[in-house]
Amino acid sequence: MKIYSINHRLYGINVQKCSLCYLIFMARRITSSARSSKSAPGWLLLAVTWQPREGLQTLIYSAGSSESADRVFLLTACDCSPILAALHPSPERMSTRTLPLLFINLGGEMLYILDQRLRAQNIPADKAKKATVADWLEEDRKRVMNDIITTMFNKKFLEELFKPQELYSKKALRTVFDRLAHASIMRLNQASMDKLYDLMTMAFKYQVLLCPRPKDILLVSFNHMDAIRDFVKDTPSILSQVDETNKQLVEIYTPLSGGEFQLIRQTLLIFFQDMHIRVSIFLKDKVQNSNGRFVLPTSGPVPYGTHTPGLIRMFSCSGEEVRRMQFRDGGNYCGALREGSFEMYGDRVIKLGTNMYSVSRPVETHMSGTSKNSSQHTKVNTTPNPLAKEELNLLARLMGGLEVQKSANTDSGFRVNLFATDEEEEEALISRPDELSYDVINIQATKDKQTNAELAKIMGEFGEMGEPASSSSSKGDDLLAMMDGL
Amino acid sequence: MSKMYHKEKSIQLKSSASALYNNLSVLRIAPRCLTYFTVVHANVVNMVSASWDGLNYSHRQLQSKEGNVATSSSLIMQAAWCVLPSRDLLVLTSQKGIQMYESDGSIMVYWHALDTPETPTAKAVFARGIAAVREKYICVGVSSGSVLVFDVPSKGSNITLSEVLEEHKEAITDMASECSGNLECIADLVSADDSGLLCVWKSGEDFQLLNKIPGFDTSCSSVKLWKGTVIAGYGTGQIRLYEGVTGILLAEVNAHARWIYSLDIAPFTGLLISAAEDSWVRVWHLSLTPETNSVEIEHMYNECVTDTQICGARFCDGDGYAFAVTGYDLSEIIRYTQA
Repeated sequence: MKIYSINHRLYGINVQKCSLCYLIFMARRITSSARSSKSAPGWLLLAVTWQPREGLQTLIYSAGSSESADRVFLLTACDCSPILAALHPSPERMSTRTLPLLFINLGGEMLYILDQRLRAQNIPADKAKKATVADWLEEDRKRVMNDIITTMFNKKFLEELFKPQELYSKKALRTVFDRLAHASIMRLNQASMDKLYDLMTMAFKYQVLLCPRPKDILLVSFNHMDAIRDFVKDTPSILSQVDETNKQLVEIYTPLSGGEFQLIRQTLLIFFQDMHIRVSIFLKDKVQNSNGRFVLPTSGPVPYGTHTPGLIRMFSCSGEEVRRMQFRDGGNYCGALREGSFEMYGDRVIKLGTNMYSVSRPVETHMSGTSKNSSQHTKVNTTPNPLAKEELNLLARLMGGLEVQKSANTDSGFRVNLFATDEEEEEALISRPDELSYDVINIQATKDKQTNAELAKIMGEFGEMGEPASSSSSKGDDLLAMMDGL
Repeated sequence: MSKMYHKEKSIQLKSSASALYNNLSVLRIAPRCLTYFTVVHANVVNMVSASWDGLNYSHRQLQSKEGNVATSSSLIMQAAWCVLPSRDLLVLTSQKGIQMYESDGSIMVYWHALDTPETPTAKAVFARGIAAVREKYICVGVSSGSVLVFDVPSKGSNITLSEVLEEHKEAITDMASECSGNLECIADLVSADDSGLLCVWKSGEDFQLLNKIPGFDTSCSSVKLWKGTVIAGYGTGQIRLYEGVTGILLAEVNAHARWIYSLDIAPFTGLLISAAEDSWVRVWHLSLTPETNSVEIEHMYNECVTDTQICGARFCDGDGYAFAVTGYDLSEIIRYTQA
């Protein structure tokens, strides 16, 4: 891959090239008083890179360079129409080994939730070709799970994931999971996707917070991996991918010290800071308070390697114990359980990270507002974009996300609802508090044939691009306007 | 038994505290009847100045810095005041470097960049562990295990890096200087790292290593030095007391059920405060008998901050009359004073 640093204005795109690759570029907004026209705002291009697509399209995210990029953009194309998405520089970067654990654990929680919903949901029995409705349900559920797990453990993606790197921003990570959720015939509406992500993140936050020792985060990860292995145990090809990943986890993480794990844990806690979404199943089990904060018990077994509080020992210069005292610790602790296994297979002992959902325990969230000091990461860009066109939600269509035309793609899958009814789902979308919105995908494309030819020509000068794009795309685009709108 | 401390009115923060060791620093400014507090939230330091009458609070936020950029998204690992005879400086340590400010946070007087690799490496790079030593040194630890010694003039910004101490092999977690005020103490500084190793130093033109006290395979997250005694808090929840120069273990306390995040000493009375992820803050009393080289540690008080993993606990004065506590995800500083 080549990276170009170019300090002039970005005017054009190679649409044909975009259908084969992603164009990722970083830009800084120029605030100049002399803005010639509304459709040509100022952007200073900082760096550009092309990334090839692989199979199911792994999303490769470039973190911002040392020059302060305002935005990182991703450009792709579908049916020769460009699609632009904005990713944001990642603020959380402490431990560089945190991302794989974050991804695997969140992915695991997502699979638990989807599995439960797929079992619970009544799927309209209009698929006459199947033998029985029950067969169809079981087969399709397995297919969905297999498709998602295959995507999650895609070799190329995991290679990229396991490189030491800075954490994705919340938005970039959310985009990755959006794609993952739609890597099968299953469809989720915006509200359901939001809810799914809320549940995943709160569940993992809970697990990280309550881990007895920082190293136990690895046991939590193994619990997720064990469950994933169980989902695909009948499909050897996917199973071997999962086993490979498990091996990598063991290799990379078991040598780390307690202090290094604590750093990973602290990085994750910063990522989850200020999230207090109430989850019904947590409230019912009394592991979460009504203010959204988790219950931290002062009783139960101490972590492996820790003594129960209470004993004070004093020594002489020669090392002999001269005095022993007990103090009242105020809690109700007991001795540690045996240590869980860090091998490929074994009893993990810890229950965190195992599947807490079942068909009889539905998943709901209450949209409580966050505390008044909610982190700026959840800020939403609310400025309306006058250039947006209704049918141009192309990235979403590419990902098979939001329903744009109900008539199209009738055979391309069934919709899953994370709420009890369709009405509830709709209501949830409308009433979702602003500060909890995930402003991930925000696309528009506009027509501006005038600048199109010039755009394409200049873009052709970037090298490694073959012939400059013709203005063949009728849905031409003023790229600058697109960027400005994001 | 009547309660030793009772809860006071909390101080609200602009943003919540991050889960970092020793995430609270306190500076008492007696002539102005003010106390300053700092709490780290990701890449920002929240500074609050509180008047003693409880009527006036003012807030300031400081951001991490990197390169030529004024503000950065790099994470701050620790913020602490360094009290020197001639001046007080506020020191911030981050993934990119070390920032030093005038004590009210108004002006940055010094910036030291860490050597950060171009592409991220498996081992994280950051600075952590801050201590003011004797008249003119500020020592800062680094993730590689190095301890940077800065020479600080009595005023102005002509701060220089005078020495780099290379004894630790693991990331520095915390550092502390002798706080009893007793100039006869030989040991001036103790540094702790992720392996639990403690190094005891004597300051000077060249710092001298007095002793290396090995760890027991557990990170030491917080450390204090008082009257030549090293007080160390560990990830296993234990507190250990060592005689600094000789390294003799004097006492061992199974104090907490989870990782200790903060220790502090009230130098005039020998009160010790410990705080951990287990939600407990505990106050102890230390008495040293120099003749027999022994120590007595007595448990005095417990306070449970419900459903909170505590990340900072400090006495607000040299007697231990009042203390303050911060917790992960909490947007307030909780205060307690003696009843």
